[in-house]
Amino acid sequence: MSARISRREFLKGAGALAAIGSLPISLVELAFADSAENFTFAHISDSHIQHIKGTEFVRNWDRGLIRAVAEANLLTPKPDFIVYGGDLAQLGSKPELDHGAEIMAALSGKVHYVMGEHDYYLDLGKYWEQLFGPQYYSFDHKGVHFVVLNSILTYDDWTHNRWPTPEQRMLEMAGLDNPNGSPFMVGEKQRQWLKEDLQKIDKDTPLVVFSHSPIQKIYKGWNFWTEDAEQVQALLKPFKKVTVIYGHVHQIQYNQIGNISFHAVMGTAWPWPYPSTYAQVEQHLPKLTVPMNRADPFFERDATGWQFINVATGNVDLRYNLYNNTNRAVSFNSKSGRPEDTLYQPAENRIPPQVHF
Amino acid sequence: MPLSRPTRSVLVAFAVGAVSLSPAQADEFSQEDLKRWEGQFMDVVKQGRELWTKALGANGVSCAQCHPNAANTHPETYPKFQKQLGKVALVADMINWCIRNPAEGQPMALDDPRMVAIQAYINYERRGVPMAPGKH
Ligand SMILES: [Fe+2]
Ligand SMILES: [Fe+2]
Repeated sequence: MSARISRREFLKGAGALAAIGSLPISLVELAFADSAENFTFAHISDSHIQHIKGTEFVRNWDRGLIRAVAEANLLTPKPDFIVYGGDLAQLGSKPELDHGAEIMAALSGKVHYVMGEHDYYLDLGKYWEQLFGPQYYSFDHKGVHFVVLNSILTYDDWTHNRWPTPEQRMLEMAGLDNPNGSPFMVGEKQRQWLKEDLQKIDKDTPLVVFSHSPIQKIYKGWNFWTEDAEQVQALLKPFKKVTVIYGHVHQIQYNQIGNISFHAVMGTAWPWPYPSTYAQVEQHLPKLTVPMNRADPFFERDATGWQFINVATGNVDLRYNLYNNTNRAVSFNSKSGRPEDTLYQPAENRIPPQVHF
Repeated sequence: MPLSRPTRSVLVAFAVGAVSLSPAQADEFSQEDLKRWEGQFMDVVKQGRELWTKALGANGVSCAQCHPNAANTHPETYPKFQKQLGKVALVADMINWCIRNPAEGQPMALDDPRMVAIQAYINYERRGVPMAPGKH
């Protein structure tokens, strides 16, 4: 298996970013029996580029995305493509999406974009589409079928009839804990499209689905949730190897439901608490998940980061490149048939910062 | 404006000689009192929630952006040793740290009504959790 990158080595590499040609990230290349089939991609998500006024943006969130882009550019081997997991903007405005697109333009390689609710609810994705393309689509790469869903839609009545202005609609959906929000969903039209898209695909083909919200139900109060998760899961069920990779939650989560492996990714902007830490609701994480370390607020970039993903086996090995923290790797264990942390999975290996309360 | 309880007790003591029909004693309070005090507290909680979702600094960033429902604020663990400050700190010190840094604003005085409201709100969201001073 791969060597772990110590925090010190990683920081040393990051500090020398401008001066050197590659980060110690090259150490993370995973060895598989048939190396010809190996391929990797990078996943960056939840940058929440936030406009202040004029040409001013929140510096902290800018830095998170700038760092992810710089580091992803230094990956060796070069990833085949990059996925952006949604919430590029904070309030979906043109200046925010433009500024985010400008930072992303420094990435070398093809980027596939996923829609987040912070990108969508101002103009229902119109400007985003102009910049990045369709809101849902599929593509094939080296024998793997990839699907990108817009999973942050909601009830038509909430979207079209409830709010006096698009700006207010955006603000209401932007508040994670706002009781005026509305549950996310893929919706019937897109599920029909997905059904037809998957009909053409051999059931032995590895399938990877990208969404912004979890295609599983974790906590409705913060929209760690997709209303029609079961219906989407049913469409994925006939496939042998299925992985869903989602953003939105800004934290490490992973789970296995039947044949489907679920992985959440980190935000580059800020970490979110685990729903289980909200004392007024009864809420548990997927049992499988070993939580990320609690964030140290004195380190601006702590508990944020981006991902480097290996799909050599048809299942995914997901490496969290964490800023100001030890990196983590969650790999599919073919013996147990589920994703597991390569270091912290056994209870006796866990460390005090992974206890959330 | 209603009188505070000690002030009212003093007035009652003065009046005792003259008026035989005595109002409530210092150690007595009614259901209406309880309701009124709770209402006053909840008004401040509500103000705290409003501050929580607004920009307290110069860059538009709100507390709720990182702390939905005030989660991960752990008010029950303060005062506690904060290694980065090198001393035992109050939750108010941490609130001011967040206002100054991620929110890029000016710290508040400890008795600023906004500081009181923010603490009322985060404690209210944490109600029922046992006190754990010093816990990490
Ligand atoms: Fe997000
Ligand atoms: Fe989101």
